[in-house]
Amino acid sequence: MSDKHTAVAEQFDDPEQEYHAATLGMWVFLATEVLFFGVLFASYAVSRFNYPEAFAEASRHTDIVLGTISTGVLLTSGFTMALAVRSAKLGRDKAIIGFLVLTILLAIAFLFIEGTEYYQAYGEQLIPAFNFMYEGAHEKPVELFFFLYFLMTGMHAVHVTIGILIMAAIAIMAGRRRFTSYYYTPVELTGLYWAFVDIVWIFLYPLFYLVART
Amino acid sequence: MSANAAAEYTSYLGGGDTLKSWLTTLDHKRIAVLYLISITLFFLIGGVAAAVIRLELVTYAGDFVTAETYNKTFSLHGIVMVWFFLIPSIPATLGNFLIPLMVGARDLAFPRLNLASWYLYTVGGIFTIGMVIAGGVDTGWTFYTPFSTMFSNTYVVAAVIGVFIVGFSTIFTGINFIVTIHKMRAPGLTWFRLPMFVWANYATSAIMVLATPVLAMTLTLVAVERIFQIGIFDPALGGDPLLFQHLFWFYSHPAVYIMVLPAMGVASELIACFSRNPIFGYRFMAYSVMAIAVLGFLVWGHHMFVSGQSVYAGMMFSLFSFVVAIPSAIKVFNWTATLYKGSISFEAPMLYALGFVFLFMIGGLTGIVVAALALDVHLTDTYFVIAHFHYIMVGGSVMAYLGGIHFWWPKMTGKMYSEMWGRVAAVLIFVGFNVTFFPQFLLGYLGMPRRYHEYPEALEVLNVISSGGAVILTLGYLLPLVYLLWSLRYGRIAGGNPWEAKGLEWQTSSPPAKHNFKETPVVTEEAYAYSPYKV
Ligand code: HEM
Ligand SMILES: [Cu+2]
Repeated sequence: MSDKHTAVAEQFDDPEQEYHAATLGMWVFLATEVLFFGVLFASYAVSRFNYPEAFAEASRHTDIVLGTISTGVLLTSGFTMALAVRSAKLGRDKAIIGFLVLTILLAIAFLFIEGTEYYQAYGEQLIPAFNFMYEGAHEKPVELFFFLYFLMTGMHAVHVTIGILIMAAIAIMAGRRRFTSYYYTPVELTGLYWAFVDIVWIFLYPLFYLVART
Repeated sequence: MSANAAAEYTSYLGGGDTLKSWLTTLDHKRIAVLYLISITLFFLIGGVAAAVIRLELVTYAGDFVTAETYNKTFSLHGIVMVWFFLIPSIPATLGNFLIPLMVGARDLAFPRLNLASWYLYTVGGIFTIGMVIAGGVDTGWTFYTPFSTMFSNTYVVAAVIGVFIVGFSTIFTGINFIVTIHKMRAPGLTWFRLPMFVWANYATSAIMVLATPVLAMTLTLVAVERIFQIGIFDPALGGDPLLFQHLFWFYSHPAVYIMVLPAMGVASELIACFSRNPIFGYRFMAYSVMAIAVLGFLVWGHHMFVSGQSVYAGMMFSLFSFVVAIPSAIKVFNWTATLYKGSISFEAPMLYALGFVFLFMIGGLTGIVVAALALDVHLTDTYFVIAHFHYIMVGGSVMAYLGGIHFWWPKMTGKMYSEMWGRVAAVLIFVGFNVTFFPQFLLGYLGMPRRYHEYPEALEVLNVISSGGAVILTLGYLLPLVYLLWSLRYGRIAGGNPWEAKGLEWQTSSPPAKHNFKETPVVTEEAYAYSPYKV
């Protein structure tokens, strides 16, 4: 146990207190994230309320097939992440690393699919402020839709990328045998973060891909 | 005492005096001192801008600075005072220093995050200063769209980035406080034994954490809209300018509670100590703090009565605003009740605290006036509003901040300042403040609009009085800078508990050792265990 996590940070009395503090810290942080995204959701709501037809029309230009596949990929990564946390609870270092690597690969696949969609949008000249060209009555609101689309999925992608980096760091820590079945707080917190990333996407998917179908 | 033990007892100020040891410190007390220094610098910058504003307004003609410079000056003043002074002031300095001491912890839960907060604050500050050097910004501190996104030819993006960064400093501070207060209280220190200062900062942190991200994202949208000419606020682009105001005030109204709740916490500590009475209605005080924090999120629309939001929305927001007045009134009532039959002594910190209560009361009462829909339609964007929010923010928060600095100065530095000068400064500030801002109520009532650099000749007398008051006020603000610094060198040794105050922070040496307490204290008493009626 000695070279494992025995050194509690100076300000804490015991590992338990440290665990509770770190967990609460993560929850509060995620609360701030919810509000951070909340502004974008509110903006979306107002814009769509103002231009319902234009938003439906615009959403026909997003790729529902790719969107659905990437949703599946991301949700699967949530599952493998949960398995990584479970392995940590059981103290199985190899399994932690395995599931984390799997999660990372799925996350990369997600980003790749999203990149493909961005590239398609580029081809169709749908990127606001860059090459936006749209014929028709709803030009401005459609641009607004795609502005929100790139902003919101882009913000989400930034979170995915940060998640990948964190997971890589955690995998390395697991490789150095930093965790035990008594101490796996970082793995658990990463799991929480990843759950958040998943949940945000669950809201983004219908907002951008299914509008025309509701 | 062995050499080892002696080393443990050196205060947080001793041992390692290099610049590096300060800039890399993880000790919450040192970080508090870093904040104290940077925040004071920003107060001076904001103060110089205020001086320019008042100088311009001495005469009715726009003769001292141009309209453009004037716009940049009040924008600078507002941005600096709100984001770089008022919001961080009490939490980041006094809160940082005292919360771990008051809950009997060795440090905040996340010391590295704490240091990072200070760096973010500094980097945000550099952006703001850079923005000023580059040429300033003229949008006012509210960045209203579409002016800020389409029409302003000034450095909006730099200003927005500065505010954005300092926002993250606020969020991190909030997270740190919440976790520390929840998880690191000493044995026996139940929630209802916490000092009001801790309660107040807890409520404040909740607002910081829940409101600031909204501001950050909103400002990001402003920057994006400005840079790329696409966006959701400008009607020409299909956007909705009311949306901006809703989002902005959803943050910025609660933000005024970020400024005033900690001040209420400070006032409670001071009033209890110098009247030797337990806080009257302790639980009600704690509940009111939380109630204010929650209700504060429901009233943002009172800034938008004339914006074009629906009449019904206006009526609801007006109603809710009245409701927030209730917990605030409870607080004033309970402070008064605490003073009643207390054995009051008028030390400098107490003078500040009493000044706080009085000015806060006037600010609050005039708040009810502007919260009334019909009255606000007349008063909005006049000097009445300016006077109202200065009574709350400058009269209230700054007064309490200074009172807190005076009260805990001996704890922070181990030295006493000159009591006489402390009292002189408190009185000067109180007098100067009222002479400066009371006439502005009248000016606003008479119809003087805010943000104009010239005004009808008939209003000159009141403006001259106001500017004269500002001179007294400035003097009052500069005095503490002199005698507090003086005390560092020549002040007499304070001792652990010069005020004979209760509270865990007074049970350790002044200044405290690196990890605060020799051993974790065990709490067996309620808060404010002063025995009334005897000294
Ligand atoms: C101590 C802290 C102070 C704070 C936090 C503060 C805060 C503010 C804020 C937020 C505004 C709004 C700016 C705007 O309209 O966009 C403002 C405006 C103003 N402040 Fe202060 N202020 C402080 C001190 C002072 C002092 C000492 C004076 C005068 C001696 C002063 C004079 C003014 C004036 C005249 C305006 C109106 C500018 C306009 O016409 O819009 N302030 N202040
Ligand atoms: Cu308000």
